[in-house]
Amino acid sequence: MSNLHHDDHIYFAGGVHPEEGKYLSESKAIQEAPLLDSYTVILNQHIGAPPKLIVKKGDAVKKGQLLAEAGGFVSAPVHSPTSGTVRNIEDCPGPMGVPLLAVVIDSDGKDEWGSSLEPIADWENTSPDDLKKRISDAGLVGMGGAAFPTHVKLSPPPEKKIDHLIFNGAECEPYLTADHRLMLEYPESVVEGCAIIARVLGVKNIYIGIEANKPDAIKVLREKAASFGVNIIALRVRYPQGAEKQLIYAVTGRKVPAGGLPMDAGCVVQNIGTAVAVTEAVKEGKPLFERVTTVTGEPLANPGNWKFRIGTPVSKAIELAGGVKYSPAKVILGGPMMGFAQKNLQVPVMKNTSGILLLSKEQLVQYESYPCIRCGRCVDACPMNIIPGPLSTMIESGEFELAEKNNLMHCIECGSCAYVCPSFRPLVQHFRRGKAEINARKRKMKK
Amino acid sequence: MTEEKVNLEENDTTTQSGVFLPKIEELVVSSSPHVHDNQTVRKIMLTVLLALVPSCLCGIYFYGINALMVIIYCVVFSVAVEVLWCRIAGKKTDTWKDCSAILTGVLLAMNLSAGIPWWVCLIGAGIGIGIGKQIYGGLGYNPFNPALVARVALLVAFPKLMTTWVPSRFMTENPVYDKIITYAPSAEQLKGKVIPFLSNTCDSITCATPLGVVKELSKSGVHNVSAFDAVSNTPMYWDYFFGNMGGCLGETSVLALLAGGIFLIAMKIIKWHIPVTYIATVAIFSAAIHAANPAITPGPLFHVITGGLFLGAFFMATDMVTSPITKKGMIIFGIGCGIITSLIRIWGNYPEGVSFSILLMNAVVPLIDKFTVTVPFGYKAAEKKVGA
Amino acid sequence: METVLIAFILMTLSGILLGCIIGAAAKFFFVKSDPRIEDVNEMLPGANCGGCGKAGCSDLARAIVAGECVPGSCPVCSLAVVGRIAAYLGVDAGSSVKKAAVVFCGGSNSKARKSVNYNGINDCISASLIAGGPKDCRFGCMGLASCARVCPFNAIEVIDGLACVHSDICTGCGKCIESCPRKLIRLVPETAPFHVYCNSPEKGVEKKKNCDVACIACRKCLKAAGEDQMKIEGFLAQVNYDNMPGADVIEKAACPTSCISSPENHFPGTLKKENAAR
Ligand code: SF4
Ligand code: SF4
Repeated sequence: MSNLHHDDHIYFAGGVHPEEGKYLSESKAIQEAPLLDSYTVILNQHIGAPPKLIVKKGDAVKKGQLLAEAGGFVSAPVHSPTSGTVRNIEDCPGPMGVPLLAVVIDSDGKDEWGSSLEPIADWENTSPDDLKKRISDAGLVGMGGAAFPTHVKLSPPPEKKIDHLIFNGAECEPYLTADHRLMLEYPESVVEGCAIIARVLGVKNIYIGIEANKPDAIKVLREKAASFGVNIIALRVRYPQGAEKQLIYAVTGRKVPAGGLPMDAGCVVQNIGTAVAVTEAVKEGKPLFERVTTVTGEPLANPGNWKFRIGTPVSKAIELAGGVKYSPAKVILGGPMMGFAQKNLQVPVMKNTSGILLLSKEQLVQYESYPCIRCGRCVDACPMNIIPGPLSTMIESGEFELAEKNNLMHCIECGSCAYVCPSFRPLVQHFRRGKAEINARKRKMKK
Repeated sequence: MTEEKVNLEENDTTTQSGVFLPKIEELVVSSSPHVHDNQTVRKIMLTVLLALVPSCLCGIYFYGINALMVIIYCVVFSVAVEVLWCRIAGKKTDTWKDCSAILTGVLLAMNLSAGIPWWVCLIGAGIGIGIGKQIYGGLGYNPFNPALVARVALLVAFPKLMTTWVPSRFMTENPVYDKIITYAPSAEQLKGKVIPFLSNTCDSITCATPLGVVKELSKSGVHNVSAFDAVSNTPMYWDYFFGNMGGCLGETSVLALLAGGIFLIAMKIIKWHIPVTYIATVAIFSAAIHAANPAITPGPLFHVITGGLFLGAFFMATDMVTSPITKKGMIIFGIGCGIITSLIRIWGNYPEGVSFSILLMNAVVPLIDKFTVTVPFGYKAAEKKVGA
Repeated sequence: METVLIAFILMTLSGILLGCIIGAAAKFFFVKSDPRIEDVNEMLPGANCGGCGKAGCSDLARAIVAGECVPGSCPVCSLAVVGRIAAYLGVDAGSSVKKAAVVFCGGSNSKARKSVNYNGINDCISASLIAGGPKDCRFGCMGLASCARVCPFNAIEVIDGLACVHSDICTGCGKCIESCPRKLIRLVPETAPFHVYCNSPEKGVEKKKNCDVACIACRKCLKAAGEDQMKIEGFLAQVNYDNMPGADVIEKAACPTSCISSPENHFPGTLKKENAAR
């Protein structure tokens, strides 16, 4: 696959190429998930301040109605996925194992529209600030994983000059095909969303980076893109091509300074899913209450891509995908490289749930606590050019300061190193542990 | 298929619609990533063993069945020591299954003469696995290459045994070598000393390594180009290349070692950095000395294809645990090994310096690692910004 | 032979010479120190655990002699030793209740639900980062022995996935407290007749789902105990260690989940002291 034609001639060093596994769902068209009896909408679905709840138990709500408003600038509102009543406001299992406050909505089956947002048909003549306000009102967050509120990314401080807007259609995570299907089935929305965001930022250079293993999506988008001045770039197939810094490097040849943000390199990176959501929010006045998610994995009877309302429990999603043929060994929210293993299937789909992946026993990775044999495979694989093996040994023996000096904080937790480690060391877990420790110490120092 | 069915029948987490949901109690939670490329330590070790097969075969071909026996002894003893040690120390005893002990055994055998008695193999295995590896905590913690620790310890303990080499069986049959003895410097030149290539003692025929001959020559003060010519000439180079000479089991055939090494590089088990810089440094260094004064030492080609350089460069210095982890570090390591090897060979007391040099460089690996920490992606830009 | 002899003589001579130099140095550079420090140091346990907050036993000895600390500051010494030091120096012993660490959780593998299998680093802090930890309860002991590894006295043993402190070995040095990501370990008076072995602030129903021996805040123990001897904080009963209830409360309260128990009866399975002393 890696010899597919790609345009980028600048490669990031390192990276890996795991089994793609995309064949399971890449040819399955996006299906609308049927209406459920109830939805569990987690309030804090983004990075930043938790939103302020404005409904209470027993309230009647409509589809698209505001459930909670943004609790600050770096925050995002949450909207009801359907019409019905608020059954309860309670803790529900979150994807990280920590319970989160959620609004449980009993659906009344009518699915009545009740969004207060007016469609903006003529966005080309709407002021960027109004567009940005719409984006923030619609509760848009980065839909690729980090769930950073979109309007914050679109408000760079004035001293940072943004000249490149890059859309991430790489979908370098194995198994996931949601973005691929979005690009194939909604190319106009994708391109138009790109243009809207570009208008907000006032940027002329718009790029969509797509891994070369999706030639059909590249072709379709190229046809649509020209009229909006969007450039499509076929990227080398290499994980983690979709990681922000690596993507910026591949598209522009700029390196985001260590510890810096994309805007330090004059770039803003957005996800394809976000582009589609922006188009819908602006042209239809539709807040973000549903998203396309891939439900896939060998154990599933019928893997595919679904448009789920936010708040659909994972168990329901698996049921929709035909249930399992045999019991899986892992249920993961997200992709296999960076997703989170779940221990509760009542976890609801959130704004950043790009996939639900089931792995069989044969695919299970058994992490061991064997020592590092210093084979250097992880050094070759690390896209951030750090030395994971010895670094993990330092953390294991509690030498956190030394680990920090050895660039621990640069790790993006992409998992490339643990993917290749022949000693099956849980490297990423070590690094999370080390970062948590260092951050805790820093906090203590400040006090 | 039947298994699947059983699995599903037992499944009580069925929904009303009749589909099966995952069973929670069979789920595993772990950190990401949740997939792996399936490379294991065992596979790596097996690949290295595979790469050593040609050299083993060469050894057996040139030195006969004795060579095979030495290899078997070393492997069996190494594994035995590993299992025994782990049992006594109360550790998991299945560590030998990662094949690293087998590899140490083979590498140890490669460093021994085919005529070595079995008990030397036992002592070697004990030192290599016990003192070279397990005492530090096992694979991954050892600072020195276990096989080399064993070799050096044996060399110090049994200097005579360890430097008595069995001639390749073609040497004894080949009259060329008799001729070479006649080419050798005359007794008068040697001030009464005789440097024999092949010597027929009462019970066996022994033989010197080319490096040994050269060392004896220079030790006895013969700084004479023609004396070196006796062991460094084109027909003999071909013999050295194919392995038709006296020496350790595995050191002989440059061809076989090269094939194994290239295989390892192709399989991405080792990187080219250490072997190439190591061999190149030896070549350049000896070329320089040779050019300065050809009477001190033979030319670079002689140094490259005799002795244990290829074995050391491709299989010993590249030992993952005891070599630097970054490419920059590997280059420093290779150069360091090359310089020390040449120094010992040309001016040292021992004819061969590969083992010593690798061990010495092993000791400075932590230091090298410390100074070759890579610069993270994007780091330079940050520094520039700070400066501006 | 001669060389051996020469070497032998040389070594002996240099040995004698160096010995003399050291001896002389010790005499000339002698720093006068209070001999009592030495004596108090002798009496202290010499474990250098740091439980007193000083750099080690000799530092505490210096502080005691200097009057900065009372002899009772050492958490490890028995009362008798503290008394002896006090008598030796002629100072007040200082009131010190011997404290021992307690792991406030009863959720052993057989009692607490563990619906999924954890695979990863054998360390509690690392495990707590993955899906909220191996057990279903987010507040209980994970049983990966991080505390046991830091204990300088080997007083903590993990039995059936639950860390238990052997209070007879525990010196109350408090090293383990920091090591627990769940903040389950606290120092309490060793004389406490019982503890409430639960740490979860969740509602009773929720806890019950995850664990058989959780405190469900039924208040039975509060009623059984005297005024102000126990309290409830966020669905969790707690012993007031400043005003301890009697041992009879265990009987009287008849805790429905057996969450209350005396330290001796708390250990799941049989307690192997030799094991811990190892
Ligand atoms: S997880 Fe961190 S250390 Fe490992 S490869 Fe990715 S960036 Fe490098
Ligand atoms: S891949 Fe694993 S064994 Fe190899 S150097 Fe990295 S951590 Fe060590």
